[in-house]
Amino acid sequence: MTPPETLAESRQNFPEAARELLADSQIRKNVRHATDVIQAKRNKVVAELPDWQDLREAGSAIRAHALEHLDHYLAQFEANCTRAGGQVHWARDAAEANSIILGLIQKHEAKEVIKVKTMTSEEIKLNAHLEAHGVRPIETDLAELIVQLGHDKPSHFVAPALHKNRQEVREIFQREMKLPELGETPEDLCAAARTYLREKYLRIKVAVSGANFLVAETGSVCLVESEGNGRMCLTLPDVLISIVGIEKVIPRFQDLEVFLQTLPRSATGERMNPYNSIWTGVHEGDGPREFHLVLLDNGRSPILADKEARQTLKCIRCAACLNVCPVYHQTGGHAYRSVYAGPIGAILTPQLHDMKDGRSLPYASSLCGACYEVCPVKINIPEVLIHLRGKIVEEEQKTLGGKLGLWNIGMQAAAFLFADASRFSAAQHLGQMGQKVFVSKSGFIEALPLMLSGWTQTRDLAALPKQTFRDWWAAREEREEKAR
Amino acid sequence: MTDGSRAAILASIQGALGAAADEAAIAAEYDSLPRAYKRIGTLDGPALLELFTDRLLEYDAGVYRADTEGIGAKVGEILKARGVNRIAIPDDLPAEWLPAAFDFVKASRFTEMQLDKVDGVLSACTVAIAETGSIVLQNAPAQGKRSLSLVPDYQLCLVFAAQVVETVPEGFARLEATKNLPMTFFSGPSATADIEMTRIKGVHGPRFLDVLLVV
Amino acid sequence: MRVSLFITCYNDTLFPGTGKAVVRVLERLGHSIEFRPEQTCCGQMHWNTGYLREAVPIIRHFVEVFRDAETIVIPSSSCVSMMRDHYLKAAEMVGDAKLAADVAALLPRVWEFSEFLAKKLGVEDVGATYAHRVTYHTSCHSQRSLHLNDIPLRLLRKVRGLQLVPIENPQECCGFGGTFSIKNADVSSAMLADKVRCVLNTGAEVCTAVDNSCLMHLFGSMHRQRTFTRTVHIAEILASTAEAEPWDERFPVDLPVSVGGTR
Repeated sequence: MTPPETLAESRQNFPEAARELLADSQIRKNVRHATDVIQAKRNKVVAELPDWQDLREAGSAIRAHALEHLDHYLAQFEANCTRAGGQVHWARDAAEANSIILGLIQKHEAKEVIKVKTMTSEEIKLNAHLEAHGVRPIETDLAELIVQLGHDKPSHFVAPALHKNRQEVREIFQREMKLPELGETPEDLCAAARTYLREKYLRIKVAVSGANFLVAETGSVCLVESEGNGRMCLTLPDVLISIVGIEKVIPRFQDLEVFLQTLPRSATGERMNPYNSIWTGVHEGDGPREFHLVLLDNGRSPILADKEARQTLKCIRCAACLNVCPVYHQTGGHAYRSVYAGPIGAILTPQLHDMKDGRSLPYASSLCGACYEVCPVKINIPEVLIHLRGKIVEEEQKTLGGKLGLWNIGMQAAAFLFADASRFSAAQHLGQMGQKVFVSKSGFIEALPLMLSGWTQTRDLAALPKQTFRDWWAAREEREEKAR
Repeated sequence: MTDGSRAAILASIQGALGAAADEAAIAAEYDSLPRAYKRIGTLDGPALLELFTDRLLEYDAGVYRADTEGIGAKVGEILKARGVNRIAIPDDLPAEWLPAAFDFVKASRFTEMQLDKVDGVLSACTVAIAETGSIVLQNAPAQGKRSLSLVPDYQLCLVFAAQVVETVPEGFARLEATKNLPMTFFSGPSATADIEMTRIKGVHGPRFLDVLLVV
Repeated sequence: MRVSLFITCYNDTLFPGTGKAVVRVLERLGHSIEFRPEQTCCGQMHWNTGYLREAVPIIRHFVEVFRDAETIVIPSSSCVSMMRDHYLKAAEMVGDAKLAADVAALLPRVWEFSEFLAKKLGVEDVGATYAHRVTYHTSCHSQRSLHLNDIPLRLLRKVRGLQLVPIENPQECCGFGGTFSIKNADVSSAMLADKVRCVLNTGAEVCTAVDNSCLMHLFGSMHRQRTFTRTVHIAEILASTAEAEPWDERFPVDLPVSVGGTR
């Protein structure tokens, strides 16, 4: 059963989606195991680098600089890529991107294409579009293959199938690859995938990929991977189509020396991932005859206008923030109902939708700050979360329903009280009296009304003490005054 | 083709960013970006090679040594140990590196489909990075096109001591002159950890990797 | 030194004992305390929930009340974090250069309680006795924003009779997050369950921290489960002496090893 596409589609907000996922013990166990393993590896290899903080600083500065001059660097990239024989296309949104890619595939009369894992293609729902037009996309990344054959959705952008354990993968492969005798170790499963895909690499003429970085200075494209399926798709077919978000451009070739240190260590906890491919346009006698790069906007450029939130686009998709997030640990990625889950998803997804979908995502965080601590490009995610919450509140307050909502009324009332100490003190006394109806014999509150019931679902609350601190102090002052 | 979209996207970006800086200002800003990270390594020759060897061994790569005169013989030894016979090579690989008694076939004579049938590939490299155990191949003399080192199941790579640097920035400094060539960084054999985070080697690329360090 | 105490809105209302403990410790160390009764709140709840404009008057009020205070001590790392991380931004948001200047002038005089002891006063042994098995919970703000590192642990190690037990996974959030605990009650409860398990695994009878917000969250679950572990703010441990431990309304019965209570 394919999970729903978005929170809007599933008619849920994050708390509701989360509640559903919290009930799935298997997913929670798998997610916990996977994130524990990656985190341990990541911490080990990061501790090896005494200049890790300097690398983060440089990475952050380079990405911020590139975004500040994005038009300049994109134009430079296009010129250099074209000069080297590549063809650059621009797509304003998902529909345009899908149309361009399908058009190129149809021009070559291909009925099948091999794909390298790219979350960007998930974002635009490329596979569904191709299938609807009689083209069969074949995922070659093991995790994406598992997701595709399992009619599922990715839950983590570095390890998309981390919510599946080996028995579940085996079941999927047995069924879809027609291998009743399939063994059950991870080695058996990988061997099955290798055989299944090998003949496809050697036969299929068109490949679709994403990319990790676009280098403006040279017009080069960099792809970071582990399995080798990327290299297969980038070099064996006649035609290569890469779909890449506009924000992925970096100024110069040399800048890769920073990101190729911080990305592998953050993403998979390795000093370097097995394979990095860097190519520029088309190379005679080496690789595809035709190279097409589709630049995708799809909601990215408006984010640049928001100075506070612009840093969201610095993201290099390492998923370190997912691995460390205590919320993600509990729910896994599907609760976010988006390609981009976890902390970065909580800020990127609503913004890509111009704040019209995923409005509960900025609240899917306790603001613990663990994500900011590990982000290799220093995106201050908690700051952006608060900023987006501010935008949501401001919008809600423009509607009557928002103004009269419980949260707004409660917050306005609290602000009124906090503005003046005597008001605040009066409210405290009111609380001390009013709570009596909620306090049980033990001196604790076990059930609260309305939205506060969320607390008492699983937690008790001690009754308000008989005397506030300020009253105690005032009494003490009085005693001392009398004594003098 | 997509000129309308191009204009629209660039306009959207420019509208979002506000006033554009000129090229000189952008370049100046770029030059002043903070780069306090370690650029230059501190290890000398033997220690450097030892670090590189350690990293390769961690990847379960085989690591061998030879001097320049002994390359051919050593290659023969390594190939024999691996039990392989039919090896694809870049067309311009020096003949003195090739021991007799093995079947070396020049890559240009093969399609990719046929490359799938050879036992392995032998080539040189452009630069190696000790800290990460990485080897960089480019479409350059004695290295061949990219699919050469991809399709066969076994890869034997020659790395000269002078080609080994310590840090990733040093590696990129070496690559600067040929940065427009297609290149591949290898750091261990193909691997995946997609099933329960268990690392499995050799999913699609070569499963077996040997390095001959020429000192 | 004349120390101005900012009790914080929730300590004032829910944990007055913590304030009393701060007073006791600082007076014992020879300093005089002032309490400005006009104080209310730091504005964090509004700011973090997205009511940014509503937070500004609250922030102005704080700055006004403490404008000329020599030193301000706060037994809550999350409130200090609000000031250090967000006050300037709030001033910039409303384009108030004067408020920004006032904030900049005020911040160097603001201290979280445990960092005040260790960094400003240079004191680690405050003459405390608290003969109990204690585990320390690292609140997110104390570590990631204030970088207190091991200051609280160094203070606890100097407490006579205290048996300090380390906790597993100290870096993971307890799930409180202010209004997060209500808006995302299920996830918050799941996070809390994991954290409580770590606390209970230590076998400690007391769990302490520099923030009553986390402690309130932890105790909420531990009390619901009727476990024997109680939560006590670090100030109350540091205020404790061989003669008297601070007394908490939540626990009408004292811990067996204590030497009696005092109101």
